[in-house]
Amino acid sequence: MSELATRTPARIRVPRRNRLRRNHLGVHAVLILGSVVMVGPFFWEVMTSLKTLGETLTVPPTVLPASPQWSNYGDVFDTLPFGQMFWNSTIQTIGRVLGQLVLCSMAGYAFARFEFRGRGLLFGLFLSVLMVPSQLFLLPQYEIVSGLGWLNSLQALIVPGLFSAFGTFLLRQFFLSLPRELEEAAKLDGANHWQIFTRIMLPLAKPGLIALAVLDVLWSWNDLMWPLVVNNDPSKMPLSVGLASLIGQFSVDTTTLMAGSVLATLPVLVLFIVLQKQFIQGIAFSGSKG
Amino acid sequence: MAGVLSDTQQAQGADGATAPGGVPSGSGSRGDTPAPCRRRGRPGRPGRRGRPGRSGRGLSRMRRNDLFWAAVFILPTLLGLVVFYLWPVVRTLLISFTETGPFGGSEFVGLANYRELFGDARLWETMLNTLKFTVVALLGIPVALVIAALLSTEGLRGVRIYRVLYFLPVVTMPAAVGLIWRTLYNGDVGVINALLGLVGIEGTNWLSNPATALYAIAGVGIWLGLGTQIVIFLAAIQGVPKDLYEAAALDGAGRIRQFWSITLPQISPSVFFISVLAVIGALQTFDLIFVMTGPTNPAYPQTETIVAQFYQRGFVENQQGYAAAIALVILVVIVAVTALQFRLQKKWVHYV
Repeated sequence: MSELATRTPARIRVPRRNRLRRNHLGVHAVLILGSVVMVGPFFWEVMTSLKTLGETLTVPPTVLPASPQWSNYGDVFDTLPFGQMFWNSTIQTIGRVLGQLVLCSMAGYAFARFEFRGRGLLFGLFLSVLMVPSQLFLLPQYEIVSGLGWLNSLQALIVPGLFSAFGTFLLRQFFLSLPRELEEAAKLDGANHWQIFTRIMLPLAKPGLIALAVLDVLWSWNDLMWPLVVNNDPSKMPLSVGLASLIGQFSVDTTTLMAGSVLATLPVLVLFIVLQKQFIQGIAFSGSKG
Repeated sequence: MAGVLSDTQQAQGADGATAPGGVPSGSGSRGDTPAPCRRRGRPGRPGRRGRPGRSGRGLSRMRRNDLFWAAVFILPTLLGLVVFYLWPVVRTLLISFTETGPFGGSEFVGLANYRELFGDARLWETMLNTLKFTVVALLGIPVALVIAALLSTEGLRGVRIYRVLYFLPVVTMPAAVGLIWRTLYNGDVGVINALLGLVGIEGTNWLSNPATALYAIAGVGIWLGLGTQIVIFLAAIQGVPKDLYEAAALDGAGRIRQFWSITLPQISPSVFFISVLAVIGALQTFDLIFVMTGPTNPAYPQTETIVAQFYQRGFVENQQGYAAAIALVILVVIVAVTALQFRLQKKWVHYV
């Protein structure tokens, strides 16, 4: 009996390892095929952005451009106020990210640490904002922004995005997970709440702040509907709207469109390559794109 | 000992007297914060004995101090949320009872917008399109599950690289994604038809053919969301106890059997979570159709979603009242479908 018990796992282990190794080939085959589907469109995008217009129209299509047409990237700047739009996207993103980091960390900290009457109720109110689809906000937000005379301005792109129930929730969870000992020690040393928050808690909350910043970058840079609604002057549009506005124009070449797409996606892509772990963790936490 | 005890009691008493009600322990934070009595008990420590009154006053001052700081920390966000998010929900409801005149200004029309809305064939068509998008979007979940399961193969190399590759679409601007896929789907010179031609299938003009446009766009939606789903499933699979697999392997279960009998039930809460998010996302499909078909496309009526219709009415045709009514219908649909999912989950989600 005992002999059987010791022999059985040994007998299984050997064929199992072989089977695993053999299976890895099949696993890689499927995963590589999947990767081609995931990355292929981007490869095609870059190739098309370097072709001549004639090359994009051949049947069957050629894969590689005969000689890379880097001038297509210059055409983007002639077709659109691309530099200006790039700037608008950048300002919109930086503004929203910085604003949310400051405001959400403050509110999140207060919900995590201060005890006051009605805290649960107030927090519930914040959470309720999370559950409502964005279409419910759009018309009145437009009314407000237009009432302030902000249509076609950068503050229209930034201001409503400064406040986030999601960011407050995310950072509250993060602050709750931090130990209290340091704060208590600082309190005994006579530090006030602002000092404790800025000098002790914020540095500790860095991973949470980065997660929120990463998600905000993604959402602001890629946001389409809100900027589409408030800014229709090309010099005030972010890139997302600028790209979308090219679609109806038949005079714009595919090569230019692809070059524009490459340029518009590059900043976030680079950021993703640099901060892979933070991006993936941030998305895994929120579970959604927007 | 007795002194300590009475001090504690006094301190608590004083505390309760100066701030009646105090912090209700049921204010939604039970468990997050240490029991209040533990902290309030502190002034009763031997060192502070005999001055319960003072420590009581100190506490109340601290409480007021806390309230002041809470206000400083929360008010900016609270005001912003009220102005830009909470008030707008109420305002949208109000707008839905009005009609905008041709020269601006609006008048109260009661439920007229809703009557018009429910009698409008367009609403039902866009709802049907949205429903189709949602059903197709759910087909991405099994794909993500299979890839996540393959990626969690023991000892597999290159997992990090695969994860980055599958994640690329997630970080790409949907407007750019739409443009890229438009060129791929092109009926005459698109690469998809060229590839299909290699195996003898004649493709169509995917995005302007009313029979295929919606499914072509929904496929891109799956492609776009796959990375997120894979990452979440991967994390869930890594949380499944290893000994379950070892036991199953000893019983002679193969990998596929292990996936069905162990992995899937164990990670069903994550599958549920993803399916809720996928449905909520698909019900609000807008960016992709806006970029990939758009109102000039012959297949637009077959792809227009309810959110696209909301945008069209509210911001192109200036029918704010009607659009507001659509927004409320969207809310009701999302709440109803999500509630249905929560009800159905009892049948298939296992919480361990």
